[in-house]
Amino acid sequence: MSDHCHGSTDNWPELERGYRAMLPEDVLAFIDASRGREHSESMLIATLHMVQGHFGHLGPGHLEAIAQLMQIPLAKVTGVATFYHYFRLQPRGKYLINVCLGTACYVKGAEKIAQKLRDELGIHFGETSKDGIFSLESTRCVGTCGLAPVVMIGDEVHGPLTPSQIPTLLEGYLARAAEDLAPAAASDSR
Amino acid sequence: MSLPALDFYRSMTDRVSKTLAERDMENKILIQVGSATCEHAAGSQVVAEEFVRHIRASGRKDIVIHRTGCTGRCSREPIVGVQVPGQILVKYERVNRDLVHRIFTEHIQGSAPVMKHVLDHTTAVLPEREFLFCEGSRCQRSGSNLRETFMAMLEARGIEPNRVHVAAASCFGVCSLSGGAPATYVLARPEKVIYRVNGEADLAAILDGHVLGGQVVEALRVQEEPIALEFLERYGDVAFFNRQSRIALRNAGVVDPESIDEYVGLDGFKALATVLGRLEPDWVINELTKARLRGRGGGGFLTGTKWGLARKQPDTTRFIICNGDEGDPGAFMDRSMLESDPFNIVEGMIIGGFSISAQKGFFYIRAEYPLAIRRIQHAIDTCRAQGLLGPNIMGSGFDFDLEIRLGAGAFVCGEETALIRSIEGERGQPKVRPPYPTDRGLWGHPTVINNVETFANVSAIVRYGGDWYSRIGTEKSGGTKVFALAGKVRHTGLVEVPLGTTLSRVVNDIGGGVSGGKQLKAIQTGGPAGGFIPAAMQDMEVDFEPLQKAGSIMGSGGMIVLSEDDCMVDIAKFYMAFSQEESCGKCTPCREGTTRILEILERITEGKGVMEDLDKLHRLSRLCQRTSLCGLGRAAPNPVLSSIKHFREEYLAHIQDKHCPAKKCVALIRYEINAEKCIGCTICARNCPVECITGTRKEVHVIDQAACIKCGNCFDVCKFAAIDRV
Repeated sequence: MSDHCHGSTDNWPELERGYRAMLPEDVLAFIDASRGREHSESMLIATLHMVQGHFGHLGPGHLEAIAQLMQIPLAKVTGVATFYHYFRLQPRGKYLINVCLGTACYVKGAEKIAQKLRDELGIHFGETSKDGIFSLESTRCVGTCGLAPVVMIGDEVHGPLTPSQIPTLLEGYLARAAEDLAPAAASDSR
Repeated sequence: MSLPALDFYRSMTDRVSKTLAERDMENKILIQVGSATCEHAAGSQVVAEEFVRHIRASGRKDIVIHRTGCTGRCSREPIVGVQVPGQILVKYERVNRDLVHRIFTEHIQGSAPVMKHVLDHTTAVLPEREFLFCEGSRCQRSGSNLRETFMAMLEARGIEPNRVHVAAASCFGVCSLSGGAPATYVLARPEKVIYRVNGEADLAAILDGHVLGGQVVEALRVQEEPIALEFLERYGDVAFFNRQSRIALRNAGVVDPESIDEYVGLDGFKALATVLGRLEPDWVINELTKARLRGRGGGGFLTGTKWGLARKQPDTTRFIICNGDEGDPGAFMDRSMLESDPFNIVEGMIIGGFSISAQKGFFYIRAEYPLAIRRIQHAIDTCRAQGLLGPNIMGSGFDFDLEIRLGAGAFVCGEETALIRSIEGERGQPKVRPPYPTDRGLWGHPTVINNVETFANVSAIVRYGGDWYSRIGTEKSGGTKVFALAGKVRHTGLVEVPLGTTLSRVVNDIGGGVSGGKQLKAIQTGGPAGGFIPAAMQDMEVDFEPLQKAGSIMGSGGMIVLSEDDCMVDIAKFYMAFSQEESCGKCTPCREGTTRILEILERITEGKGVMEDLDKLHRLSRLCQRTSLCGLGRAAPNPVLSSIKHFREEYLAHIQDKHCPAKKCVALIRYEINAEKCIGCTICARNCPVECITGTRKEVHVIDQAACIKCGNCFDVCKFAAIDRV
């Protein structure tokens, strides 16, 4: 089936080169390996995970490249990418802050933690701070209810938290972000 | 004739015992550190690194770190166990860097345990020996209390309670093993011996022989090994654990989740060897049916029946799926099992695959559980490398393989038809049933889908028999259920108890009751699809039917404790907001119904509700329940209906009196300063974000109600309790 589709486009080799250039090597290898396998279209969600893992989000160009290389209609790729909460279509900050609003956290005052974060960062859920360091999102239970209320920053879970601990917590990450930038700045000046 | 699977298993255990003997863990000092998402969040990785540094600095070769999963004692993590050969394992709670140093210098190098930081510090001194008496509430043992008798006998001999500690524990599960008459069983630590005691004479024999003579009394020793022996031996002294009956969680906090050798050392893959040695799928299905194991994902369908249905299909391309899309907010038992004992789940899946003659199985795990995914992938790869997955498993001729598929944050994918769509790479929207997945599931082929916890029980049932398992639970449901206890409860964590245990026992005896000395108001079970059980009904037995009768469900086992500070309308609104957001939008009753129900609830909590709203809520809820396509919509109104049923007066207070009894709904409360208590410290005024508090130093302050946004900052910061929330 895929051969038929490819063959119907005169400039496919040229297009393919362009699409391949949009995706990292490991994703291309994954797509190539699943091509021709039974139910290869079922690998779409895994592919989206890989691409988001690499870029931090799924841009329009990524979706189109995935659609073309996996030979799945772009409408379906977009449909799947927008259906699942885990996939983000917008770029995000260096650190993603996920406030858990699961039941256990909710009854332990997650709303106040969320409010404090909104106040401190000056952004709402779904937004990224101006300096590009933090993005704020909410999540439904990260499964560490015993530590409620919790906030997940990147891959790290913090809890139990009180609103007054939030500024110190954020400062820690700001310092880390500054550290990451520092060596780059040093080499620039040389 | 020797069977290939049994030969395979024998050579595997031979190899493992050699490896374990080489490691020589029994003669070394073990530092056991938990490693799971929650343990890491609490700082266990830093703790482990700190111990490594100390061991290296000390230059000692007889101290090793032993990684385990999590025991499910979340509020006390990180938990660290120190096992000195010949002594009782000492467990420390909330260990941090400083405490690591103290534990290492005082306990490990100085042999004086840091008793102040011992988990649940039950005693002031580490006892030499400990005797745990089974006092399960479910069996009717006659006669006097042998534990008290034993304590009196010790005292008469002048043996101090500090030297020999005696404690009560829950059922060890020995009687159910032999099926014989109930007796009192006593677990002696650190010897890890279980005695059967029938009277004072036996106690005297233990006192003379074991306590004074230091010799195990072989005559009274029980030959059977209860399934949770290793767990009890490590954690049996802690009330939170010894009141539980661990089957699905038996290895959590015992085994290194990334060591197949340790798992095999704990009789891992013995069940698989039995199954592949017999090569009779119907035997397995029959054992599960006898066990009355019901689906632990919430539906409660008999697992044996489900497997039998798939097996009868003419289509021989079949699949088996483990549903690890644990999306219920407040539930984390699946994550813990996947992270702490992954090989057990894999073994359960292989046995399931064999029983329905499937060629392939899938783990469907939430992407939010990266560590669980990593551990399961490691377990699958290891099994494949050792001939436990892939072609010709254990030389039995059975071919089967496993693969992980990731969820992507859609709650509805916990529904089996939606989950199948998701594995197929589609939007996770459910389909009409029938046909059920056992008839036509993944890619149209017969498919069995079971929850993680269901698979966690399979190997135990095969090893100990369906009859044994069925004896543990109730008449209708065999075995135990794991609950994720959270919310306003003192001890949060994972609790595994026999089905039929009362809610009160779980919340009060094991969970330690409501935190902060507050009154229990209700217990929420089953997550967004469940309902509320009012405090007055806490003596109810936990089982599928009684919960349903009370307007809730078992669900996957989330159990949220609510206190007098929680507003039931607000919590119902919380769950409805969840269901509304997670509704996939395919069918109208769920998509529109949840939205309208949520609107009405918002109106009520804002003080704009009218009496008619209650009828509307009722009608809409019933409609949503009856006409929605899948379980999400059908169960979404449960929190609303059950809160109206049990807490109608709270709804009336919100609607008629415009008053929130729990003082939770922001629109219905206001803050006032108590002139008698206010000393004019100005802290409230300084912390008010809208500067609506006036007053100068040493003067009574006043809140401008028109400008107040009711954020509650003043209430939180006031050190003199001078702010009233009314």
